[in-house]
Amino acid sequence: MYARVSARALARSIPSKALKATPAPLAHSAKAFSTSALSMDAHKKKERVKVHFPGALDSHFSQVLEIREKMEPIDTFRVMDTDGKVLDKSLEPEVTEEFATKIYKDMLTLNVMDLILYEAQRQGRISFYMTNAGEEAYIGSAAALDPEDEIFGQYREAGTLLYRGFTLDQFMNQCYSNDMDLGKGRQMPVHYGSKALHFQTISSPLATQLPQASGAAYAIKRSGKKNCVMCYFGEGAASEGDFHAALNIAATTSCPVIFFCRNNGFAISTPANEQYKGDGIASRGVGYGMHTIRVDGNDVWAVYKATQEARKIAVEKHKPVLIEAMTYRVGHHSTSDDSSAYRSKKEVEDWKRHDNPMVRMRKWLESKGWWDEARENAHKSTQRTAVLKSFAAAEKRKKPAVSEMFNDVYDKLTPNLIEQKKELEELIKKYPAHYDTSNYAKDN
Amino acid sequence: MSSMLKKAVTVSIPSVRQALARSNPVLANALLAKRSYNSKGGVEMTVRDALNSALEEEMTADEKVYLLGEEVGQYNGAYKVSKGLLDKFGPKRVIDTPITESGFCGLAVGSAFAGLKPVCEFMTWNFAMQAIDQIVNSAAKTHYMSGGNVDCPITFRGPNGAAAGVAAQHSQCFAAWYGSVPGLKVVSPWNSEDAKGLLKAAIRDPNPVVVLENELMYGISFPMSEAALSKDFVVEIGKAKIEKEGTDITIVAHSRAVGFALEAAQLLEKEGICSAEVINLRSIRPLDTETIIKSVKKTNRLVTVEGGWPQYGVGSEICAQIMESEAFDHLDAPVVRVTGADVPTPYAQNLEAYAFPDTEVIARVVKRTLNKKIGA
Repeated sequence: MYARVSARALARSIPSKALKATPAPLAHSAKAFSTSALSMDAHKKKERVKVHFPGALDSHFSQVLEIREKMEPIDTFRVMDTDGKVLDKSLEPEVTEEFATKIYKDMLTLNVMDLILYEAQRQGRISFYMTNAGEEAYIGSAAALDPEDEIFGQYREAGTLLYRGFTLDQFMNQCYSNDMDLGKGRQMPVHYGSKALHFQTISSPLATQLPQASGAAYAIKRSGKKNCVMCYFGEGAASEGDFHAALNIAATTSCPVIFFCRNNGFAISTPANEQYKGDGIASRGVGYGMHTIRVDGNDVWAVYKATQEARKIAVEKHKPVLIEAMTYRVGHHSTSDDSSAYRSKKEVEDWKRHDNPMVRMRKWLESKGWWDEARENAHKSTQRTAVLKSFAAAEKRKKPAVSEMFNDVYDKLTPNLIEQKKELEELIKKYPAHYDTSNYAKDN
Repeated sequence: MSSMLKKAVTVSIPSVRQALARSNPVLANALLAKRSYNSKGGVEMTVRDALNSALEEEMTADEKVYLLGEEVGQYNGAYKVSKGLLDKFGPKRVIDTPITESGFCGLAVGSAFAGLKPVCEFMTWNFAMQAIDQIVNSAAKTHYMSGGNVDCPITFRGPNGAAAGVAAQHSQCFAAWYGSVPGLKVVSPWNSEDAKGLLKAAIRDPNPVVVLENELMYGISFPMSEAALSKDFVVEIGKAKIEKEGTDITIVAHSRAVGFALEAAQLLEKEGICSAEVINLRSIRPLDTETIIKSVKKTNRLVTVEGGWPQYGVGSEICAQIMESEAFDHLDAPVVRVTGADVPTPYAQNLEAYAFPDTEVIARVVKRTLNKKIGA
């Protein structure tokens, strides 16, 4: 028999025992109304009787009508304060200099790349871009994963790809949709994907990646591999139906997936306090019967530690985990957004000054003697040169071949695709003046 | 998922086998073996059992194939299509899901990205609208958008089109919806051979395939050829089948309407009115325009039949394709579409009956088309 059946059988076996122990309800309720709160609590404790309903096996009967609006808010785990000081010595990260500086260097490189590509969009050289400013500490989560853990991103997680070794050329080729773009010029900028780096191609519609992550996790569980899926999303996406669908199905099918919510305070312009009324996103995880962690998302080491622990639960127990990383989006939502319309510049500046993930990590590194001003400047400058070089090369490359318009709709071209392709090729050939393909790659 | 339909389902589909087992154990055994024998000694099988065979054979052949959906396991499927599969393959490969179409559909899509071959059952296609973003925006496009790096070998299946007495939200055809999406393949079986062969082809196909079954056909028995009984039997996606050859007019139909078209053709032939050629589309996308064009060039007349709505429908697409092809010059009369009425499906039996084409309507339209002549 399967687990579900035995759970049902268990539920059915409860009533006879439970009912026997239930005190006479009328007498009890009369008492409940007349006693003080303190003795009522004592009374409740004494006669706690479990319910026998299959839908909530852990509940107890009570003669107190309770209307609950709030649960105890979930605490936010942190390792460092805003000055990069470790608050509890037992939490001091046990990491090597190389490992710690790699994380920080990637955070810096991400900043440099964002700055240049953001400007490129403003100059009209690429159509769209999204920056990561303020949320760089999520790279700590990538550092806690195995390189073969599958990542399903939302769109603001380029840093995880950078951490895994996606090259600057690969970033630039994608943003320029040239002939070297792994996505063959079919997606908007920042919709990266890399099979080799186990990073699922970004899907624009919000939250579709969540149930898919559960499915990929199910496949991993079936394969017996000691891996999990990491799924990123924002607090705004958590209002989508797919969020509920994904968490519920991951919990019921016991999938090794980590749902990582970057709660950055804004869904484009909608502030978090208009997005939901509960205790953030983390409170919902418990509702799905899921292990849940809330963490200071500006604290690299807290994010790292939380992800490490979540990964253990996912991989060893085959259970989903929800992490809510609290942060603040310093940049605009995307290049299509001007956030000064809905928040003051001062608010943004205050965040940058008072709780900056870059500063916190840098100060921690400096306290170890692993970083200083000279290294900071040197890294920024070499990365700036490298980004600009990649950028210029990507801009110069040819655009994808015409055939790429039709390839990959299916595994093979279907008759109507063959016909369309032929028609286009004939038109191009017939009217070369109108269809200049000199800047396109040659067909394979 | 709507609770209402589930009720209707459990009431309107009594377990034929259970009832039979009580009254006729011998026949029940024959049915359990999924085969029965007709008066001519040929093998017959219901569409339901043909689909069940397809699932069982493909799950046996490939460990990566698994089934998920609401009630597919312990309950054996709302329409019993998955009967016996949980017992045979266990809960890892036959998964009962919570009532969340976007959830289990998204899960299926994600698992396909990760290398599994899910068969995602929707209790009916009506409920799949809750998950249409996963089907259209993710399953259909990811292979393309990932530069060919991510495959999505998934089969979406379930009953489509009008059922009986379940009203507007449970009675509609999605052939035109999914048939318009590049990246999806869409098939619409009529009889048991179609059902088995197309579902098997769908599961083996490396692309996402939408299988539009029909609830009212599940319990109908059809002869199965020797070839169709084999575990190697597949029906090629993208190829229509000429069910009956004829010389005077072509009737193109899909799903349940193929049966009506054949009946109409027989009726007209018996009355000595005409010899109609009946084409069973089998695939909605890719659409086998070649077979239709060839037939029209022979018969010079065309009528399309479907249960879906007229506007932007399968018939409309066929009309357009014929207009754009060399077959246009061979037409002696305008093409006519026989479709469902352009209204949400009413519940009352009398009104529901008016809302969908049947044999008589088709016969009438064919007669009218035979009497028309372009330019006359």
